[in-house]
Amino acid sequence: MGLFILKRVGVMLLTALCLTYLVFFLTNLYPNLEKLAKTQGNFRMSDEQVSSFLEKGGYLQPVPVKYGEWLGILPSYRHTNEDGSIQGRCILPGQTAEDSPEFCGILQGYWGYSTVFKDEVSSVVGTRLALTGKLMFWVMLLMIPSALLLGVLAGMKEGSKTDRTLSTFAITTTATPEYVSGVIFIAVFASSAVGLKWFKGTATSAMEHATFENFFLPVLTISLYGMGYIARMTRASMTEVMTAQYIRTARLKGVSFSNIVMKHALRNALIAPFTVIMLQFPWLLNGVVIVETLFNYKGFGWVLVQAASNNDIQLLLAVSVVSVIVVLVTQLISDIGYVYLNPRIRIA
Amino acid sequence: MEPLTTFEIITRIFYQFTSVWIALILLFAVSMAFKRRLGLYGKLYDSPIGMVGFGLVMFWVFTGIFGAMDLIVTQDALAQVSGMKNKPPGTPVSGAEEGQYAWYLLGGDNLARDVFSRMVKGAWIVVQIAPLATVFAFMVGITLGLPAGYYGGRLDTILSFLSNLILAFPVILLFYLLVTPEIVATGVPNYMATVLFVFPIVFLAVLLNSRFYTQPRFRTPLLIGVLGVAIWLYLSLISNDGAIVQTSSYWIPGIPNILDLFDIPGGVLVVFVSVVFVNSPTVFRIVRGLTLDIKTRDYVAAAQTRGEGPWYIMLWEILPNARGPLIVDFCLRIGYTTILLGTLGFFGLGLPPESPDWGSTINEGRKLLSVYLHPALPPALALLTMVLGLNLLADGLREESLKD
Repeated sequence: MGLFILKRVGVMLLTALCLTYLVFFLTNLYPNLEKLAKTQGNFRMSDEQVSSFLEKGGYLQPVPVKYGEWLGILPSYRHTNEDGSIQGRCILPGQTAEDSPEFCGILQGYWGYSTVFKDEVSSVVGTRLALTGKLMFWVMLLMIPSALLLGVLAGMKEGSKTDRTLSTFAITTTATPEYVSGVIFIAVFASSAVGLKWFKGTATSAMEHATFENFFLPVLTISLYGMGYIARMTRASMTEVMTAQYIRTARLKGVSFSNIVMKHALRNALIAPFTVIMLQFPWLLNGVVIVETLFNYKGFGWVLVQAASNNDIQLLLAVSVVSVIVVLVTQLISDIGYVYLNPRIRIA
Repeated sequence: MEPLTTFEIITRIFYQFTSVWIALILLFAVSMAFKRRLGLYGKLYDSPIGMVGFGLVMFWVFTGIFGAMDLIVTQDALAQVSGMKNKPPGTPVSGAEEGQYAWYLLGGDNLARDVFSRMVKGAWIVVQIAPLATVFAFMVGITLGLPAGYYGGRLDTILSFLSNLILAFPVILLFYLLVTPEIVATGVPNYMATVLFVFPIVFLAVLLNSRFYTQPRFRTPLLIGVLGVAIWLYLSLISNDGAIVQTSSYWIPGIPNILDLFDIPGGVLVVFVSVVFVNSPTVFRIVRGLTLDIKTRDYVAAAQTRGEGPWYIMLWEILPNARGPLIVDFCLRIGYTTILLGTLGFFGLGLPPESPDWGSTINEGRKLLSVYLHPALPPALALLTMVLGLNLLADGLREESLKD
């Protein structure tokens, strides 16, 4: 088991390296750098001004070198200005060149400086992740129990009326992307045109203190899309368990139906959904981006949109590192958890 | 003129869709009559869920096709009529000329364009791109997945690592990196198109060659004919204005304009390529898994004993037997592609801002959602019903294919 985890962590690191390099490559293509220079300086910069701006920032070095600097395995680029002052990635405002370290990258714990937010990337990502964490916590709290309940109820008796109704509901929710359901919810529950002003159409105030009124719609919107999928998986696994021999034996012994479901079937039926729930995390990340844009909730997804549309390279890299790690860690947890939950599988 | 009442709006919309209803009724009548002879497609008509799903899908397919032929649309989808900004459904068009439709059936949007016509035109964009992108993703997935599953070993390790790499990437981040005007300017999507669109040709070539390898006199002309057409289409697809890649500093020549059958604007190409790119790793994994399962069957062993080549076994023994799950996944994946296209439109990526596709119209409509509902709701419901139809269709197909 230890070796298995070690191997997986190795593959994880390799994946993260490859992906960040890919992001690095794409964000450092010349037209993107030009856009960065123009948003940083002004939009009427001439080509010479753009290239001198990029030269000063060290953006014109070869991509592998810049990647090495970002990782912290190569000494960071320094540019001597005409007046003799030295500027560079590692030299923060207010520091002199002599005081600042030579290497500054991920390995040294420095994530760079965000050009959009004018702040250190680590603090931007930290605060925004906390906000998204709050959102995700409530999503999980709403999504998982209701999805499991839905799936178990539908799977108890295959082909029954309850099954048909709940399955159709589950299919409908999987067919409704967040930007459709969110728009419908806002239209019905928050707009002045319909008049049912039960909830608020934006969640901006929920960043400070979340109430049912301003936070329920975004949470519901994200949960619904993932819920249908988990419910269908739970249903499939539940119907499979319900046809097993030991359930029939219990039936014939005269155990009551509710007892069979609660004590015999449920535990075995919940193994498969566990993996599915874990693998839902990457999907939820997409949902988070859409919903945070739609409801104007300034969390991690919103930062992703800001960073990407302004080509804020350092921030974008940090965002992709975080999201890739989320995806890979959940995959690892789901694999390990599966082994623990299902004693029939053993990894040597 | 008076604004229309709700009842009149519904009747008029129903009437506008006449051609779609006729096509749907014809399709269902013919299919019902011959359903015993139509294989899996015919069996679909035994399952109510599958029929509802298929009906919904075909409704939007016909809407898209007839909409492109200007049968359903009432107004020009891009024209702005003064005084029609954000007007509610059923408002008469101010200053309508002779021969012009006199109402905005579903109202006007924020730029005074007809919501109804835009929704219908948007269907055409989805109906064009989504199935085609899915087909390409399947070609890539199958061409790489079959050998990975069949040979295993190092090839499998490398390809699986690559597919996991793409799958670990959040889709939206990838779109934000790939589908921007700056990336289009560097020509990256053209390179990706050049690589990705080779796979269908490879697939076709291997498919035909492995089948007719023993009859060279039939195979050689067939291959020359099919590949000739395929390569011509391929070259027309990837070259624009006589160039495959055209950036400010250099260009790679393609085929000249006279031979170029169609041009694809850079914005559409990048959307298409990135949707194929995102979908193919999942297809790869499904095909690989199915191949791993099927290659242990007796008929594969029999073919190996007969001395058939590996590609013949993969494409003519394993692939046909994996068709059930693949067809079901194909339907689901078109739905997913539709959602992805909507996501792109929602973030304003790729397609031009005035494009009537559903994602962009939802994005435009949502900004004024608290006051005006009518611009955002029709495209949202259209997308919902189309994807729902595809999911129901997949469910029906799964049930019917499990029966035998």
